Amino acid sequence: METNFLIQTLASIVAASTPVVLASIGETISEKSGVINLSLDGSIALSAMTGFAVAFTTGSVTLGMLAAMAVGALVALIIAFASITLRQEQVAVGFVLTMLCIELADFLGNPFVRRPGPSVSHAPIPYLSDIPILGPVLFNHNLIVYLSILSVVLAWWWTHKTQPGLKLQGVGERPESAFARGVNVHRLRFVYTVIGGALVGLAGASYSLSIKLGWSHRHTSGIGWIALAIVIFGGWSPWRVAVGCYLFGLLKALGSILQRNSAFVNVPTQIFSSAPFALMIFALLLLNSEGVDRLLALLPPRVARQLDRAIRGRSPGGLGQSFIQE
Amino acid sequence: MRKKLMGVLWGLVPILLALLFTMVVLVIVGASPLEAYRNILLGAFESPEKMADVVAACVPLILCGVGMCVTFTAGQWNVGVEGQIILGAIFATWVARNLLWPQVPVLTLMVLAGILGGALWGAVAGLLKVYGKVHEIFGGLGLNYLAQGLAIWLIFNPWKPADGATMSGTDPFPGPAWMPHFRHLRVAPLAVVLTLVAVVIAYFLLQGTRWGLELKAMGKNFRSAFTLGVPSTSRLLIAFSTCGGLAGLAGAIRCSARYGRMIPDIAGGQGYLGLLVALLAGYRPQWVPLIALFFAAVGVGSPRLELNMQLDSSLGGVLRTSVVLAVMLVNGWRMLRARQVRRAVEEAA
Repeated sequence: METNFLIQTLASIVAASTPVVLASIGETISEKSGVINLSLDGSIALSAMTGFAVAFTTGSVTLGMLAAMAVGALVALIIAFASITLRQEQVAVGFVLTMLCIELADFLGNPFVRRPGPSVSHAPIPYLSDIPILGPVLFNHNLIVYLSILSVVLAWWWTHKTQPGLKLQGVGERPESAFARGVNVHRLRFVYTVIGGALVGLAGASYSLSIKLGWSHRHTSGIGWIALAIVIFGGWSPWRVAVGCYLFGLLKALGSILQRNSAFVNVPTQIFSSAPFALMIFALLLLNSEGVDRLLALLPPRVARQLDRAIRGRSPGGLGQSFIQE
Repeated sequence: MRKKLMGVLWGLVPILLALLFTMVVLVIVGASPLEAYRNILLGAFESPEKMADVVAACVPLILCGVGMCVTFTAGQWNVGVEGQIILGAIFATWVARNLLWPQVPVLTLMVLAGILGGALWGAVAGLLKVYGKVHEIFGGLGLNYLAQGLAIWLIFNPWKPADGATMSGTDPFPGPAWMPHFRHLRVAPLAVVLTLVAVVIAYFLLQGTRWGLELKAMGKNFRSAFTLGVPSTSRLLIAFSTCGGLAGLAGAIRCSARYGRMIPDIAGGQGYLGLLVALLAGYRPQWVPLIALFFAAVGVGSPRLELNMQLDSSLGGVLRTSVVLAVMLVNGWRMLRARQVRRAVEEAA
């Protein structure tokens, strides 16, 4: 009974974390190449709405997912064009796009509010889902959930184990040296920003077609900012980003368990739904504060260095800066 | 003369682009663009009451926009304005509920308390930036969530109305704590005067003082400014609290002049809109009122779309944000062209 409950909770955390995982991994890829896509919160909203609207009108969930990815990729393309080609400030363009996408999603999504529609069908993976514990937690979901897990593995493999992945790191870390070695920095940044954007779009689709079915006002609100914070929290490393995502999922699950507890009946639900967001962002602040520096200084230097590397990542050297390639 | 004319014409291009984009959006949902624009315009200007609403809606936008001109000048993305508005409103509400004095002292104290509350919350954002070493965007967002949580907790616990707490807020303030309106119009002259004073002060602070110059230096290159002896930390904290103070004033005005009580959504996205206003103004306070007027008119006019055309009023938001995006793209495009021309000239020479 107890273990059953635990397995069920873990499985629901894996499923519920899908959008955060997809969006954070997409953002990690884009930031690794040096481009901050700050529009996440808006991109997710607009792609969630588009994904649902397309699936609703065509009856095809696959088309919905593809449309959502196209929207995410398009927004990312605008950011890449504005910041790389037109040399506008990345953060400014991203922020404006966040708001534009949210307004667009509200306006265009109006006819689809609270309409029942299609969803991604449940598809346990044969054999794998029979493995005790691991099976029900990881392999008893639907396609989008599997894609989110796959995105972590693929992003890690690509960035750390392949030749083009090393180029990607080089473009983000030291664009000058990459360019001197004959890498087309601008083109790679375009490509990876758009790929990352497509993943963000899929994150939107995972909302409206898998975990919070349908579309309504403020359907996805706040999740994009969390994803952006988790990328920093995870130090731009796919594995640690994924850990951050599932930790956030755990926090949310704990919140809803506490909320059902009779001791907290008087606390308004808004507190429970917004507390994980605030906690997550303050965890980030704490981790980077000087207090941690002082604590680390108390430890022997070797241990301190390793611990520092384990809990805090370093941002790519060229992140957010425009590189003039001439 | 010709150059000036060209400048004006180029200024119109982004507006036309934004109108074109909004037109496409309207066509997608099968609505008539001209009819929609006509409804927004009428909704904002058809009567003295509506025009007064537009002026009243300008107030928080101008205050937040001017405040963010200060932080942007220092190179800071103060996204925590939303929370600073809430804290200002909370401080002002405390005064309104606890000090049962005549109107003049109560309103004076509410305004001062609002400024204080916002400035404190702004200073926290600054402290997190300076000593927390995390991008101010995340510090600001975290503080926004925290302020929102605090507001809801206050409304649901100590400030609960006698007939039970709801999301519609506290009991109405006692009479003296309401900022008086101009005749039957929903605009408070005191709020307008305070706002204009804030614009003038911010303008002179940024343009005519050493402090403004130092902020500009920090915004352009933080490290060089520090090396050249600008006391960056204290300047940064003052910039954050100045912006917070202005946002807090906006919060006090919103609960005293607009709602007459404290509500959970007291900030109502004004902080984020103010950020767009400041971006569009290019961080120059003198341009903020005009842009805020445009934003406010669209905001007041849009609900008419729901009444008359069964369209969602977020179309107004689409129009506002697409203007900002179009300005960025057109500016970038002009700079790109200028660079290309310069390079062609250099190559020819």
